[in-house]
Amino acid sequence: MTTAAALAAPRDPALGPRLALTLVALVLLWPAVQIAEFNPLTLLEPKNLSAMARFLGTFFPMALSADFLHLVARSALETLALATAGMALAIALGFPLAIAVSESLSISRIGPARGAWLGPLARAPVRGLLILMRSIPEIVWALLFVRAVGLGPAAGVLAIAINYAGMLGKVYFEIFEAGDTRPARAILESGGGRVNAFFYGVVPVALPEIVSYSVYRWECAIRASVVMGFVGAGGLGQQMELSIRMLNGGEVSTMLVVFLLLVLVADVISALLRKVLR
Amino acid sequence: MKLLLADARIEFSGGRRALDGVALEVARGERVAVIGPSGAGKTSLLRVLGTALRPSAGSVAIDGADPWSLPRSALRRLRARIGAIYQSPPLPPRQRLVTAVLAGRLGAWGFWKGLASLVYPADIAGARAALARLEVSERLFDRCDRLSGGQLQRVGVARALYQRPELILADEPVSSLDPQLADLTVGELNREARSRNVTLVASLHAVDLAMKWFPRIVGLRAGAVQFDCPPMRVSQAMLRDLYATESGEIPTQDYRPLERPQPGPRAASGSQPLCR
Repeated sequence: MTTAAALAAPRDPALGPRLALTLVALVLLWPAVQIAEFNPLTLLEPKNLSAMARFLGTFFPMALSADFLHLVARSALETLALATAGMALAIALGFPLAIAVSESLSISRIGPARGAWLGPLARAPVRGLLILMRSIPEIVWALLFVRAVGLGPAAGVLAIAINYAGMLGKVYFEIFEAGDTRPARAILESGGGRVNAFFYGVVPVALPEIVSYSVYRWECAIRASVVMGFVGAGGLGQQMELSIRMLNGGEVSTMLVVFLLLVLVADVISALLRKVLR
Repeated sequence: MKLLLADARIEFSGGRRALDGVALEVARGERVAVIGPSGAGKTSLLRVLGTALRPSAGSVAIDGADPWSLPRSALRRLRARIGAIYQSPPLPPRQRLVTAVLAGRLGAWGFWKGLASLVYPADIAGARAALARLEVSERLFDRCDRLSGGQLQRVGVARALYQRPELILADEPVSSLDPQLADLTVGELNREARSRNVTLVASLHAVDLAMKWFPRIVGLRAGAVQFDCPPMRVSQAMLRDLYATESGEIPTQDYRPLERPQPGPRAASGSQPLCR
């Protein structure tokens, strides 16, 4: 390359930072793999392979007696109801929290106006609350609420509501900020309030993402409700815990198939909603 | 609304100056066109007048009061009386025209009426009338993303008209319209301003449009007012200076040659190149 050509095409200034970032990611990843004692080759050792095969072998034949299927259907319905009620509460809690921490809905940020420094100060405790809600795993919330409202699905509903509201609040807020924030800002700049700016300026921009993420979370809630069933919060999980304890692999595999179907349904609903909202 | 800027400066982090000491006084009901090359600070000027941007130095007064020392609620009420039109209208693609236009009055309506209007549009007739003035009313229940750029820009204008503000700030309101529709739109803004004694400040790319419709032309260059004159006294030399083009090209619609009104006797003397 001649000097003239080098002058004509300057080097991309993003090259350095990109290389550095890749290097940092690799350097950070290595100790993580070490600490997690991750060695894929152990999976392929004959001793371990046969142990896994034996475990999976107990899953067959599947339990298909009418009595058991009836029981599973009831539990599945309970799980579905638990996850749905929990999600509804989580959404109702998550939206106001997301609106509260959203910077693009801050009126004092325009200008910036007098007292604009108060905004981040007021948002900080709400962000802290969101972190608290989602950093404590739902199973711990479930253990807490089982003590308050007793064994059964109600504890699971509350656990999902609190834990998922923390996650939804954070992700909703990130969805709001990632989209086009000018419509909301234009409404604030013409004297509109925060909530109206949200409904007129943010929702129409972010709705498909909000819906698709919420449905995905609902799917996660169905899975989470199983884990919580292990600590007595009802639904399929409680049933699965019994079957595992009684070493009845056939029943476990039947319930896993029901599970697969539930997640499949969630997937279909998500795809349908996305199509409708496009 | 009455506007007053004194030595207004906007400095962004990094030291770039968008406004470099602008003094401007606009009386109630006055109609002002701001022209100047791209990057001259036209948008910043309009945003300062619309209380969307706070000057880093100097002062701004709207109806005699500094908006930035008003209490929160008073500032919001003030903003509800200012209608802004943007070069690319900030309308959500999925929103229907009727909702987008009605959103203009959110500042005046308040919380509950705003929410109720999402359930059923509060003023379909009003939205339709505003859109009709810009010849897009037949799309009332269409979504914004079904419109062309030019139609969308007119929806943005319709929203500002529906707001019934006392100050209209239009930032390149006709940049994606053909000359005929541009004329209709700028004309509609001027009619609104004249009939309701509304103050109108518009930045325009096309000098001929500015000269045709506005009794006062402000030339902005490098964040400073270069001239502030009635169109009669804006000379070809002043425009060439403003745009500082070697070819002597002055931006007009479709590059049509600029037809200037006959200069009056005072302009011919050239004793006062900056007019004000």
